[in-house]
Amino acid sequence: MVKFNDIQEREFNRLLARYPNDKKKSALLPVLHLAQDSFGGWLSSEVMDYVASLLELKPIEVYEVATFYSMYNLKPVGKYMFEVCQTGPCMIKGSDEIIAYIGVKLGIKPGETTPDGMFTLKTVECLGACGYAPMMQLGKHYKEHLTKEKVDAIIEECRKNAATNN
Amino acid sequence: MFLNFDFIYDMGVKLLLEKAHVEGIKNYDVYRREGGYRSAEKALKTMSPDTIVEEVKKSGLRGRGGAGFPAGMKWSFIAKPEGVPRHLVCNADESEPGTFKDRYLMEYLPHLLIEGLIVSSFALGSNDTYIYIRGEYAWIVDILEQAITEAKNNGWLGKNILGTGFDCNIHVQRGAGAYICGEETALLESLEGKRGNPRIKPPFPAVKGLWQRPTVVNNVETLCAVVPVINMGGEEYAKIGVGRSTGTKLISACGNINKPGVYEIDMTISVEEFIYSDEYCGGIANGKRLKACIPGGSSVPILPANLLLKTAKGETRYMNYESLADGGFATGSMLGSGGFIVLDEDQCIVRHTLSLTRFYRHESCGQCSPCREGTHWMDRIMRNIEYGKGKMSDIDLLWEVQGNIEGNTICPLGDAAAWPVAAAIRHFRDEFEWHITNPDEAQKRNFGLAHYADPFLNITA
Ligand SMILES: Cc1cc2nc3c(=O)[nH]c(=O)nc-3n(C[C@H](O)[C@H](O)[C@H](O)COP(=O)(O)O)c2cc1C
Ligand code: SF4
Ligand code: FES
Repeated sequence: MVKFNDIQEREFNRLLARYPNDKKKSALLPVLHLAQDSFGGWLSSEVMDYVASLLELKPIEVYEVATFYSMYNLKPVGKYMFEVCQTGPCMIKGSDEIIAYIGVKLGIKPGETTPDGMFTLKTVECLGACGYAPMMQLGKHYKEHLTKEKVDAIIEECRKNAATNN
Repeated sequence: MFLNFDFIYDMGVKLLLEKAHVEGIKNYDVYRREGGYRSAEKALKTMSPDTIVEEVKKSGLRGRGGAGFPAGMKWSFIAKPEGVPRHLVCNADESEPGTFKDRYLMEYLPHLLIEGLIVSSFALGSNDTYIYIRGEYAWIVDILEQAITEAKNNGWLGKNILGTGFDCNIHVQRGAGAYICGEETALLESLEGKRGNPRIKPPFPAVKGLWQRPTVVNNVETLCAVVPVINMGGEEYAKIGVGRSTGTKLISACGNINKPGVYEIDMTISVEEFIYSDEYCGGIANGKRLKACIPGGSSVPILPANLLLKTAKGETRYMNYESLADGGFATGSMLGSGGFIVLDEDQCIVRHTLSLTRFYRHESCGQCSPCREGTHWMDRIMRNIEYGKGKMSDIDLLWEVQGNIEGNTICPLGDAAAWPVAAAIRHFRDEFEWHITNPDEAQKRNFGLAHYADPFLNITA
């Protein structure tokens, strides 16, 4: 059974406190972020039902929101998700080549995860970094001015981090 | 005209970014030492909410989120029913391709936004003010929350601020990836924990907004600009710029230029100066020539170089609301959000337009059929043309589909999806035709610089 631990519970209460008492539903987006971060990087139906119970919502109210927004993952993703922007301004600066390069390097197509569960490659639309293109989001941060060499270094760094954290 | 004010630079007035590079300006102590929170002090101690609204009206400040609606006027529309709380909501969703200026403000000058929010919240009577920030700007949430904590610890937020009896808290809420949530009513739906489906207006948010309460939604840059408006007074602010383009505007410049980045301009400089001066974009990268530009974010019409630098009448085009719109949609564009996207001679207009049709197809919320179906349809036709499977009749079909979306939808996303396609066909039809008549060659090379896109040399392409 899924359940927030004490630290997550405290964060949940902090999020809830921002809204009027009778407007709990407003906390849904931030609570879904918290749940996704807390339970393996994606939202299973069990997790969504848990969020529904916490916020006193019907499960469908949670599902319809989770499916609307692109940042919620409805199936498992790799430990590191490369979200590469492909919109016009990034395209002008070579995002197509970067996406192709990552694909070859990791042996996966956009939307796929490596068999070892380490990397997911995803194409996304403009992330507000057009002046620092090409770019991708990796977890909480942006990696900008990407080159093939920079991509190599990022992959290397992820592998190293994964090895030391296990 | 001489302004007795310490914001003067040789290259133009800087009202927002002047202190952006001061070491440690993200922290309260440095920000305060550099003159921060003066506007909050002045507003809360010496002004009434109504006089603040009057100052903002006098300043001529127009919304910096895209539509350019006068901020003071919007504020004066807020309903004040007895016993019903009102809210200010800061739109930090910033998702319009080409736009990255709000991020710059929040990353480098978080206290400027917080200060603007305090003054604006006081003017509107908002005790709980929300910043709705796009979900991908996750690290900026921490920066903002730290600034809020510091402001609170120093008595600028919380209960009975500066002994005025005014209480105010600011909350940061993350979105979760949806361009449409930048539209103000979709944003409010999202803030209520729902899908980002725009609401039918009226009622307008000023009457029924967040939780059906009177609400004002303003862009990050608009709310930051309230700080200099209050510091210098609305009349002084209105003297900067030209006509109804008062004050300064942030432009986020990207694409094939030497110096991409965020620039603060006063709206009297020409487009040519903005692109070629070393103060700003520094010219086209790699010694290439300018082909086209989308001057105000992906939703506004693209212009070929000749119409960008000069209006159809042959007059110099300037970086302001009126001049960029000169000629209407036939030969002009818009200042929009200030997302300035520059394309050089080697860029393919068809491919670039395809990336935008894909974007809008992806971002349509799906509520109204002209937008939902039309964006899909345009994207499919664009893909056929780009990948060598187009027919001549497709160009007219595209024109028809975009025309059927425009003006027939609940929110302006439909228009925003239609305009880029319309403008690309209007100005670059030869390039679409070339893709169709040379399907194989179009897979290998780009069309290049059309003669009509070259303002300087009278060559035939
Ligand atoms: C599809 C769509 C997306 C929008 N995205 C944004 C946005 O990301 N940021 C923003 O400030 N305004 C955006 N707007 C404009 C808002 O609806 C609203 O006009 C603005 O927040 C008002 O603030 P302002 O008057 O200070 O500009 C968008 C509008 C539409 C139709
Ligand atoms: S125009 Fe498009 S985005 Fe706007 S409400 Fe209609 S379907 Fe949704
Ligand atoms: S287009 Fe890629 S970040 Fe804007």
